[in-house]
Order: sequence, then C-alpha cells, then structure tokens
Amino acid sequence: MPEFEPKIVAFCCRYCAYTAADLAGSMRLQYSPNIRVVEMPCSGTIEHGLILNAFEKGVDGVYIAGCNLGDCHFLKGNVRAIKRVAAVKKILDEIGLGGQRLEFFHIPASEGTKFAKVANEMTERIRQLGPSPLNKNAAGNAQKEGGQTV
Amino acid sequence: MSNLSKLQQVLDSDQFAVTAEIGPPKHSSSEGIRHHAEMMRDYVDATNITDNQTAIVRMSSIAAGAHVLNSGIEPIIQMTCRDRNRIAIQSDLLGAYSLGMCNVLCLSGDHQKFGNHPTAKNVYDVDSMQLIENLRRMRDEKVFFCGEAIKEAEPQFFIGAVANPFADPFEFRVDRLEKKVNAGAQFIQTQCIFDMERFERFMEMVRERGLDQRVHILAGVTPMKSWKAASYMQNNVSGMIVPNELVERLKNAEDPKREGLDICIEQIKYIKEKVKGVHGVHIMAIAWEEVVPEIVEKTGLYPRPKVG
Amino acid sequence: MIVAQQKPISEIAQMISDCKKVLFLGCAGCVTVCLSGGEKETDVLASAIRIKRTLENNPLEATTFTCTRQCDPEYIAGIDNLVKDVDAIVSLACGVGVQYLAERFMDKWVVPAMDTKFAGGSVVHGLWEEKCGLCGECILHRTGGICPIIRCSKSILNGPCGGSQYGKCEINKDIDCAWQLIYDRMKALGKLDKLMEIQPLKDWSKSRDGGPRKSIREDVMIDE
Repeated sequence: MPEFEPKIVAFCCRYCAYTAADLAGSMRLQYSPNIRVVEMPCSGTIEHGLILNAFEKGVDGVYIAGCNLGDCHFLKGNVRAIKRVAAVKKILDEIGLGGQRLEFFHIPASEGTKFAKVANEMTERIRQLGPSPLNKNAAGNAQKEGGQTV
Repeated sequence: MSNLSKLQQVLDSDQFAVTAEIGPPKHSSSEGIRHHAEMMRDYVDATNITDNQTAIVRMSSIAAGAHVLNSGIEPIIQMTCRDRNRIAIQSDLLGAYSLGMCNVLCLSGDHQKFGNHPTAKNVYDVDSMQLIENLRRMRDEKVFFCGEAIKEAEPQFFIGAVANPFADPFEFRVDRLEKKVNAGAQFIQTQCIFDMERFERFMEMVRERGLDQRVHILAGVTPMKSWKAASYMQNNVSGMIVPNELVERLKNAEDPKREGLDICIEQIKYIKEKVKGVHGVHIMAIAWEEVVPEIVEKTGLYPRPKVG
Repeated sequence: MIVAQQKPISEIAQMISDCKKVLFLGCAGCVTVCLSGGEKETDVLASAIRIKRTLENNPLEATTFTCTRQCDPEYIAGIDNLVKDVDAIVSLACGVGVQYLAERFMDKWVVPAMDTKFAGGSVVHGLWEEKCGLCGECILHRTGGICPIIRCSKSILNGPCGGSQYGKCEINKDIDCAWQLIYDRMKALGKLDKLMEIQPLKDWSKSRDGGPRKSIREDVMIDE
C-alpha cells in the first residue's frame, strides 16, 4: 500500500506568506510537495464557508498563513483570520472532522525558511491524522469504498 | 368582618414595635413553624412569614401564616410580585384575610435566578408600588384592582412595604419611600442594617421630609452567626452593605455567635435611643429564630405591650 | 431588528437525520444583519451538515437559497420550485419565517435552525442586546427613553428595586440596572419629579397576554 500523501491547501496572504513562498523557492529550499498555495489579498479575506468548501472537496488539511500581529497591510486582517479559524475549528470538532486539520500560522515575507518549516510540519501533522474521510482519492479511503479511484 | 391588627395598635399608640421573621419550611409539616411561633409568642408583636424567599420553594406564606396565627402570634403575610399575577394576588389575600390575617408586606421578590427553580417563568404583572396602591384601594375605595366594586366584606389590610437604604441610587431611596407612603404604605420594614452611618443619613432625609410622621418605620436587624456569614452577605447579596469592621469583629471574637448576638443587641439599643423617627425593630434571625427572645429581653423590649 | 442565534449544529442535524434531500433557507432580513441566518451562514451550515452526514455514512443532498424575507408571503412564493422535491426545509429565519414556510408548504417538514431571542440592536460588531419588550404600549416617554419592561429583570414600572447596587442589577453584575439608567437620565434632564408619579398597573392585554396580536392599516390594504 502506498504511503498516504496528504493534500493540503495553504491560503497565503500576498504581503507575507505568499512572498515567503517565493523566497523559499529562490533559496532553493526543499519543502513538502503536498501543499497547494492559494494567494489571498489578505489572510483576513478568508471566510468560514471557503474553508469548509475545501474540506468538502476532499482536502486533508487547510491552513491560513498571515502576517505577524501588528504587521497586517490592512491593519487587522490577520486578527480577524485568527478568530475565524478558531470558529471553524470548533465547527470541525462538532461535526467530527476534527479541528486539528485546520491551523493559522504567522509567516513574514522575509522568512522563506519558516514557510518551508510550516509546510513540512503541517504535512507531518496531517499524515499522522490520516486521510480525511471526505478524501475519495486517498489510498486508504479508496480501498474502503471498493477500490474506486478517480 | 374586620380583623384588628395588633401590630397597627402598637404602632398607632406610639409604642416601639418588635417584629420577627419565620421562614416556612421546605416540606409540608407545620411542626417547626408552630414551634418557632410558640417560642416567640410573648416576645414580638407580629412575625413576617416569608413568601418563597430567595425564590426557593417553601410552604405558602398564607398557609404558614395560618399555623402561626393558631399558635397565638400575629402574622405579617409577605406577598411578592414574582409568582402571582393580579388575579392570584387578590384571591390569595382575600383568603388570607378570611383566615384572620390583616398585615400584608408588599415586595417585588428576589429574582428566580437565585432560587431552586432558575428556569421558571416570572410574573411581575404588578410591581410592589402598584400592589401597595391597589391594596389600599381595596380597603378604602372598596374596589378590586380593576376598579370593580367589592360589594361586601372588603379586606381591611394593614399595609406594609420595604425600603432598602443600602441600595442605589441612594438619593432616590427616600423618594421611593415617599412614593410608597403616597401609594398607601402604613408601615415600612428596612433591609438589614449593618452600616449604621448610612442608615442614619437615610433617616435624616426621611425626617427632613416628615415621612416618619406619615409612616411607621421598623429598622431591620440581623444577628450573624459567623464572620463567614457576614462576609458572604458583604460580597454576594446585592443591596447589602456590611462594613469590614463588623466582619473583623466577628473574626476576632472568641465566641462568634455570642459576638453576633451582642452586635445585634447593641444595634437595636442604638437605633432605639439615638435614631429619631424609628418606630420599631424588625429582627430577621435567619435560620436562628431561637435567639429572638434573648435579643428582645436584653434590649429592654420585654414584656410586649398588651393591646386589643 | 429581531435577533436570533443559530442552534448547535448537532441539534439541527438531529431534526433532519432521516431526510435525504434538504433545502437550507436563509433570510436576507434581520438575521442577515445580526449575522446568524444570512447567505453566508446558510452556506456554512449546509456545508457543515453535509460533511457531518458524509462522515456518518448517511450522505445528505443539501441545497441553499436565501430569501429577501421569509416573513412576507410574496418572497417565499418564489421558491416553490426549490422546495418541490426536498424532504425538509431548514429555515435560518426567525420563528416568523419558519411559520410562514410551514403554512405555505403544508406537506413539507419545516424545521428551525435558529433560536429567536429578542428585539434589539447592535452594541458593537458581533454583540447585540435586547432593547424592546414588544409590550404593545410604549412608555419610553415616561422613563427617559430607557425601557424598564425588558431592561429591568423584574419589569418594574416604579423602580428601582432593592437589588440595585453600584448601577448594576441584582441578577448579574454585567447587567446595568435599567432604573439606575432611568434615574440618571431623568436627573440630567431635570425631570426627576416625573419619577414621583406612581405608574399605574400596566395593561398587559396589549402585550402577548391579550392573545396573538394583529396590526392593521386599512388604507394600504388592497381590495379584491
């Protein structure tokens, strides 16, 4: 059986984490290939529905990466993102998917290494948790459902 | 029929009145109440019968009042606005009067949040002010709350109300007392007094407006068993002021119960001798009814005047 | 506005546990303003319950829509086609909306996703407070613009009671004593003498105690 490779969506603020991802690339840093980066105008543009949507589509983990506290380009977008992530974690716990599959990280633009570190850490965390039960393509789940893969 | 209130006779003849309090039990036996009534009989002019105090279900104040009356002591029926609408209040009080009870104390009542049924619905159809006014109209104008005539045997209530000099806004407390007097209150029992200085300021304002000439004011006192009880009241009971010195005095006492009694006795003597305009004392010995006779004796208020 | 709050997801899920196809219906009125039953909240709730049901091996087909107002027959008339083949409608409107839906769609299982709480307004973004007791006969002109019917825990009309201390209500230190507020305002307006008038017994028949109420404006009614 092939090892489970998590699929993780990283919603990254353009002013920090997304730039840090570029930097990580320029620095030739190796980081987990399981991350799908989505560029956001600000981490504060994340919505509860968007996160739940990603999980419904079958991703195994989601994280939102924003600026350090006090550094938000729009002043308080990251503070709002943190609160929303906490609220969605609660929903995930309540419906049985588990809040650990979701996280918020601060990744400043200048920290390519932190970007890589977070990507690796989150991949490892989700790998430990196993595939999301909603992920139809994951090796384990596909077998449970009679070997169908899409 | 016409019941004559002994309490009213004592007060109207300018004698210093003594009332106490009996809390009905959380069960259906009258034994305890009758015991307390018999014990206090010769020492007080009347006793309040609390109405589900702190919103904890207890025997009805009117039923308990009947037991007290049978034990030879005059009850003051407490009637809160929390549990009954205007229909039930009138009905219950007509019943009480028919059983020989004429003293009624009108109160808002503690919110049910504090009791053993915090999920109950409250009523507050009528407030204490309106209750006073409408009981007076029942008696003087012979009408029900709705205005309809009471064709015969209108109840001749002796109407009481409460005042809390320790609640806020302080300046308005005397206004509200005046409002109650205007509404028809004939006697007033105050919240337990621990902060004597504030009570004296309150009474000064009362005298300035001549309210002590229009209503009988009974000062409320409570003997405390321990510094913990005092500290609890200080911190957890809204509308109470318990000075630190009092808590400390109980804390440092060798025999706190003795000290608690002594404090209460000192307070009554002080009020009786020094605070003008006070016409009596209301002793609230909460779950400590047996000390009432001693307090009355040691304050020189025994024997009680014979009236009627 | 009417302020409502969503019930726990598990409770809502329980109400429709035996349904296969459900319409989650938001309302663009008050519950959108109080951020509990608008378009966004409707999508989130539908999504959450869909995930929950998938995890329980009992997949749910959930569709969403948000009406302009659920408390107006003309706006729910437009959703007939969305309702046609669902087993249930989960309404994210206040209790009024739920009832209008139940009346119109007689053969459908209509359930409330919300607890309708009070008539109030917002203090700051994310915090709403009760202001009106809907008693049917306003007395705010007598109480300095502060409603004792609903903001006093005992609805006292001749307050404050003996439990008012340091400006707070006896039942909770986080609740302002309405009568302290009334006193302060009347004092500032130089109208303390008004508080000496005994407010008479209230006519509660104008409130819910008189039975369900109606409000009529004949001149705008359309004759058929």
